Amino acid sequence: MDVQSWTTLFVGLSFSLYLLIAWVCRVRDTRGFYVAGQGVPTIANGMATAADWMSAASFLSMAGLISTMGYAGGVYLMGWTGGYVLLALLLAPYLRKFGHFTVPDFIGDRYNSTTARVVALIAAIFISFVYVAGQMRGVGVVFSKFLGVGIERGVLIGMVIVFIYATLGGMKGITWTQVAQYWVLITAFLIPTIAISIKLTGQPLPQVGMGSPLVGEGVHLLDKLDEIHREFGFNSYTEPFTGSKWNRLNVLCTTLALMVGTAGLPHVIVRFYTVKTVRAARWSAFWALFFIALLYLTAPATAAFARYYMFDSLQGKSEAELPGWYHKWNDIGMVLWLDDGDGRVCYSGDDRNELFRGGNLSTAELGKIASEHQVWLLTDHDQGADGRGVLRSKGLSGPDRDIIVLATPEMAELADWIIALVAAGGLAAALSTASGLLLVISSSVAHDFYYRVINPQATEAQRLLVGRAVIGLAVVIAGLFGIYPPGFVGEVVAFAFGLAAASFFPAIVLGIFSTRVGAVPATLGMVIGLVFTGGYIIGNRFFDMPAWCFGINATGIGTVGMLINFAVTLGLTPLCKSPDEKTRRLIESIREPEGAGPAVQIETTPGH
Amino acid sequence: MADHAPTGNQPPNSKVQLALRGYWRANMRIMAVLLCVWAIAGPVCGILLADRLNQFRLGGFPLGFWFAQQGSIIVFVVLILGYALLMNRLDRHHHDELQRLRRDAEG
Repeated sequence: MDVQSWTTLFVGLSFSLYLLIAWVCRVRDTRGFYVAGQGVPTIANGMATAADWMSAASFLSMAGLISTMGYAGGVYLMGWTGGYVLLALLLAPYLRKFGHFTVPDFIGDRYNSTTARVVALIAAIFISFVYVAGQMRGVGVVFSKFLGVGIERGVLIGMVIVFIYATLGGMKGITWTQVAQYWVLITAFLIPTIAISIKLTGQPLPQVGMGSPLVGEGVHLLDKLDEIHREFGFNSYTEPFTGSKWNRLNVLCTTLALMVGTAGLPHVIVRFYTVKTVRAARWSAFWALFFIALLYLTAPATAAFARYYMFDSLQGKSEAELPGWYHKWNDIGMVLWLDDGDGRVCYSGDDRNELFRGGNLSTAELGKIASEHQVWLLTDHDQGADGRGVLRSKGLSGPDRDIIVLATPEMAELADWIIALVAAGGLAAALSTASGLLLVISSSVAHDFYYRVINPQATEAQRLLVGRAVIGLAVVIAGLFGIYPPGFVGEVVAFAFGLAAASFFPAIVLGIFSTRVGAVPATLGMVIGLVFTGGYIIGNRFFDMPAWCFGINATGIGTVGMLINFAVTLGLTPLCKSPDEKTRRLIESIREPEGAGPAVQIETTPGH
Repeated sequence: MADHAPTGNQPPNSKVQLALRGYWRANMRIMAVLLCVWAIAGPVCGILLADRLNQFRLGGFPLGFWFAQQGSIIVFVVLILGYALLMNRLDRHHHDELQRLRRDAEG
């Protein structure tokens, strides 16, 4: 069997499993729809959280980013796991004790303000959409590469699958589907990396293999990478703060923004409502990070191995020697080679570089650049244009980072079924996150907006109908984002994190740890944090605005937005009136660990 | 928002308040210590001191690089485990204390 048949088999099997789970778990009431009836075991919840949260960005893009960024790739590793610590310590147990459905619900009740609720709502929906767009893109990439269907049709298939199991099973269905997806994605990530580690260093543990000598060379892998990087004009792989983009301040700010953003992401937080008790919320957070760490400790090894193979399989090769994987990815514009005339590939960090990616350029534009380049070569630089200069000026040097995880097993010449497994894993990662996010969007609109703001008299059936309709609409919009993407997967996700950091995090933390902060300062803090961060990112990325804020780039600005939010909220607090007695009692009940658990029957609570 | 206060015989309010305040202080202490560990493992060793730590080696890894890509994550996992264990013990103590207060109120 070839790779394509294996992939079709694995993808078919895993999709059938997801649909089967959704059918078994189908629900009829809103409570099961949004928070799985709060009856999910902690280990399962931890696994589901891990799958929910390890998106296409973690699975497909992250190792690729680390591979090209070296040390600076650590911002994603530290950021996304360190954020979990903040979440577990500062938010999870208290939000579980609070016991409502969503983050906007908490903010609305804690600050006793419809304005605060609506601001949080808009932020939650916006962040979820930005994030979900990246997932759909990941689905499209996997489909187009491995199953030979176009990105558009790939996204469409993904949309249909997610829609079916999200509307059928609600949170309960999604939770159990995500448990299955976790196993698919973690096996798919670990098996190839372990196989490569054994092949390259003789060590079965990739985490050890990464720091071991190469088989037959006696040089440590990381030293070898540093040596290659020096030789071909790249920044060092292991040395920090090389180049102006990743100086100390930017590494710190980006890491903090990702950390705080993780803790503020609505689809992760909602997970802690699905366990039985406050104790279980803490255990659930531990299991989640444990399962996440299995992938996150392996990804840097994958990255280093991939980096080695990238040079090993391409550097200095002639047209006839190029490996099979190069041609496959070349076909869809993820990697291309524009020779300088010597007939040998040169992948470097400076002017010598001959490897590029298509980015957002169309096939026609790429074809034109390639043919102009051909003319330029044939006429001895007399006519045509040097395509390398053109692509370099567009920032398209080097192969597309999103392909590295998918291509590494092929670079290492692993068995076909392993390569196919990676494709199924990538789909599992993208679909699990997309479904969790769609549920947040749906609950935000159906519960927080429709039920709490528009029509408090809505019946259970009406709310369920609105919830399902919103998922349908959200899937369509997300799919459109996936087909016409605003950037590459990892970058889009970083945007969502920055916004979450600048809006929710201060409002939730202060809501729990201060009894003094009231509605007006918190709402203003959120609005100013959002506007500042959103404005800076959009201005910097799309309107050539210089990074005027101490040179902090768009991915790190969320940290500044968060600080501004804290400053505004705390600065205004003494000027505004403190919360009423009812709110103070609410805060006390959140802090008191007793009295949570099965006693919280949300739908039967009087006055709700 | 409804109250989730336990029903039945209520101990005197001031003592419950005191118990809750004690619990909250202990909670904050645990949190402060663990957040310090978090800051040292991640932002300090992984970023602020990374270039200096890179002069040392851990097997084939430069130490600062190792902290940024491996060490910090390992510390984070252990940290949350510690938090779950410590806090759940604290919760049990708090639960027992409330039970005692309730019994005292009855007796």
